[in-house]
Amino acid sequence: MSNAQIEQIIESRYKHGFVTDIDSDTVPPGLDENVIRFISAKKEEPEWLTEWRLEAYRHWLNMTPPDWAKLQVPGIDFQSISYYSAPKKESDKPQSLDEVDPKLLETYDKLGVPLHERARLAGVAVDAVFDSVSVATTFKDKLRDVGVIFCSFSEAAKTHPELVKKYLGTVVPTSDNFFAALNCAVFTDGSFVYIPKGVRCPMELSTYFRINAINTGQFERTLIIADKGSYVSYLEGCTAPMRDENQLHAAVVELIALEDAEIRYSTVQNWYPGDENGKGGIYNFVTKRGDCQGDRARISWTQVETGSAITWKYPSCILRGDDSSGEFYSVALTHNYQQADTGTKMIHLGKNTKSRIISKGISAGHGQNSYRGLVKVGKNADHARNFTQCDSLLIGKQCGAHTFPYIESKNPSAKVEHEATTSSIGEDQLFYCQSRGLDEETAVAMIVNGFCKEVFQKLPMEFAVEARALLEVSLEGAVG
Amino acid sequence: MLKIENLHVEVDGKEILKGLTLEVNPGEIHAVMGPNGAGKSTLGNVLAGRDGFEVTAGSIRFLGEDLLTLSPDERAIAGLFLAFQYPVAIPGVNNAYFLRTALNAQRTARGEPELDAMGFLKLAREQAGILDMDDKLLQRAVNDGFSGGEKKRNEILQMAILEPKLAVLDETDSGLDIDALRIVSQGVNRLRDPQRSMIVITHYQRLLDHIVPDVVHVLADGQIVASGDKSLAMKLEKEGYAWLKATKTASEALTLAS
Ligand SMILES: Nc1ncnc2c1ncn2[C@@H]1O[C@H](COP(=O)(O)OP(=O)(O)OP(=O)(O)O)[C@@H](O)[C@H]1O
Ligand SMILES: [Mg+2]
Repeated sequence: MSNAQIEQIIESRYKHGFVTDIDSDTVPPGLDENVIRFISAKKEEPEWLTEWRLEAYRHWLNMTPPDWAKLQVPGIDFQSISYYSAPKKESDKPQSLDEVDPKLLETYDKLGVPLHERARLAGVAVDAVFDSVSVATTFKDKLRDVGVIFCSFSEAAKTHPELVKKYLGTVVPTSDNFFAALNCAVFTDGSFVYIPKGVRCPMELSTYFRINAINTGQFERTLIIADKGSYVSYLEGCTAPMRDENQLHAAVVELIALEDAEIRYSTVQNWYPGDENGKGGIYNFVTKRGDCQGDRARISWTQVETGSAITWKYPSCILRGDDSSGEFYSVALTHNYQQADTGTKMIHLGKNTKSRIISKGISAGHGQNSYRGLVKVGKNADHARNFTQCDSLLIGKQCGAHTFPYIESKNPSAKVEHEATTSSIGEDQLFYCQSRGLDEETAVAMIVNGFCKEVFQKLPMEFAVEARALLEVSLEGAVG
Repeated sequence: MLKIENLHVEVDGKEILKGLTLEVNPGEIHAVMGPNGAGKSTLGNVLAGRDGFEVTAGSIRFLGEDLLTLSPDERAIAGLFLAFQYPVAIPGVNNAYFLRTALNAQRTARGEPELDAMGFLKLAREQAGILDMDDKLLQRAVNDGFSGGEKKRNEILQMAILEPKLAVLDETDSGLDIDALRIVSQGVNRLRDPQRSMIVITHYQRLLDHIVPDVVHVLADGQIVASGDKSLAMKLEKEGYAWLKATKTASEALTLAS
């Protein structure tokens, strides 16, 4: 990517801090079996799915929120959350962009995501999720030609029930953890992708999420299946308007890669982080997991986490197939009073499985940033290999960086390497940049971007540009 | 151009510069020599505005302005450049991108148009060529894994592109092989201009064979203790600094040198 391109997009960086007042059709706060049945009915779901949700709900009732992360989580009253909200006229969803509420399109424009333009110019199919319901899906024809299914989760439940039924909950079961169980019970929508055997998805698939209605938890559900020998790159991006309430977000993403298939999943996450005093911001408790079911399957997670007041997130890989591989590339930035406890789990089960973890944590202000990673090697995983590199960068004196690597190996032929560094942003580097005429903020952004380069290189181009811009915006006021 | 009067500077509470006075006129090249630890790099750092170098007395005027009120980036924009004795690496930051961003920051601040990527690359390649510097260094991370000599060349490349009004070269010759010394000096000489001044810090007279100074100063123990023409440098090369220490006052030394 050329510097000119980067700069052009940085210049047109997002403007944050506005709320769109599309009337929401919302259930009253609270959660019980009736609410779940209501959601399921709204979505016109088959009976088995309703039952599946209820099973998850019953698990959830007996579970407690995880307390092992290095996070200060204010008590969340799950009965004060409203579990369903949708734009009006849910029944007649627009079939093309022309039919989309212009006000919504305007919102996307403000966010710097001109949907139609972006789709046309970049050739990206966009499944935009707005307030839990998909309102625009493009490039369907092009995808249909090669047999790729890319639609909202609710649509898939109706049109491809056999696929949904076969794979839903196989990677993240209903009883997996507190937040995943909650998601299973109340998820409203999300994306579904199926790439048929031997197909290389002709474009990057992209979804923009946005939280909007006040006090509504957002529960996305994403299921991606790459059949034998197929390939897909999936982009998830998030932005949110300025607001005061803390909002819970508990998504679940399941990836399934069969023999020789490859899935690359990239996230640039920019939810509202709260203000400079730690007021407000999104609570992000996400369960993301990929299953390399087939031999030689590959799954790669790349994430750039700059938003949210609290991030609890461990995109993981189960390396079941022989010679399968998993990757995790992460940049997590915490500024002001943001907290992040993030990392990955690489579970080596097959022979000759490989995993690679590159984590870059940046803390500024009073931010607290923890890397938590588990590398587990099963007794049959002969010659499993892992390489982990975990670097932390501190900006200022009040922030914190923590590293919690866990290694469990039951196979003596496994080789697990771990490297970790922690450094402060160098006064000498800053001075060097400034002595060449760069102001302090530009200098910091430049040094931090350099620190993250290995991860940014893994992102699709337009995402890399966005990530750089985001980092710059997120670091405003970090020094001085 | 530059007028330093009775400059006192403390680092970590320790006085390093102790009443330094120096005036540089437009177009002049001043060489500053002196023993290790005398305060030469300190002078460069103070001029460039580094944090932690506290001016406790005295003044510095640059192009008629009070330099001490400006931040490091403002000084650069005003036309000051420091070629570092030990240039620092910035991993992951593309060298060409870094330099272009710096150039454009300076241009923008001066109300000049920015240079686009193509125009910049042309300029950078041309200047790198003059310094016999491998193009590939432009696409590597700033000073990251550069050899000592490559770092020094990169500093001069930056100077050539940023076109400062006053450049302070801190031991740019150390670490350069004989050919490189000649090439880099030629690069510096190309930048000689009636409107551009330079302060060249060095330990070796041989650099001054290539870059002929108008004035040579000896900085010892935080003060300029002797000033003279090129012959002062030759005397230092032959006799070291001991004879200066033997002389009682700076003025005596001055007389000796002339
Ligand atoms: N941060 C610091 N704390 C304490 N003393 C310092 C600090 N920085 C520099 N000094 C001291 O200031 C003195 C002058 O250092 P300076 O680097 O200016 O010397 P120099 O003349 O450039 O020497 P050289 O020829 O070796 O480069 C030295 O004694 C050095 O140890
Ligand atoms: Mg020095």
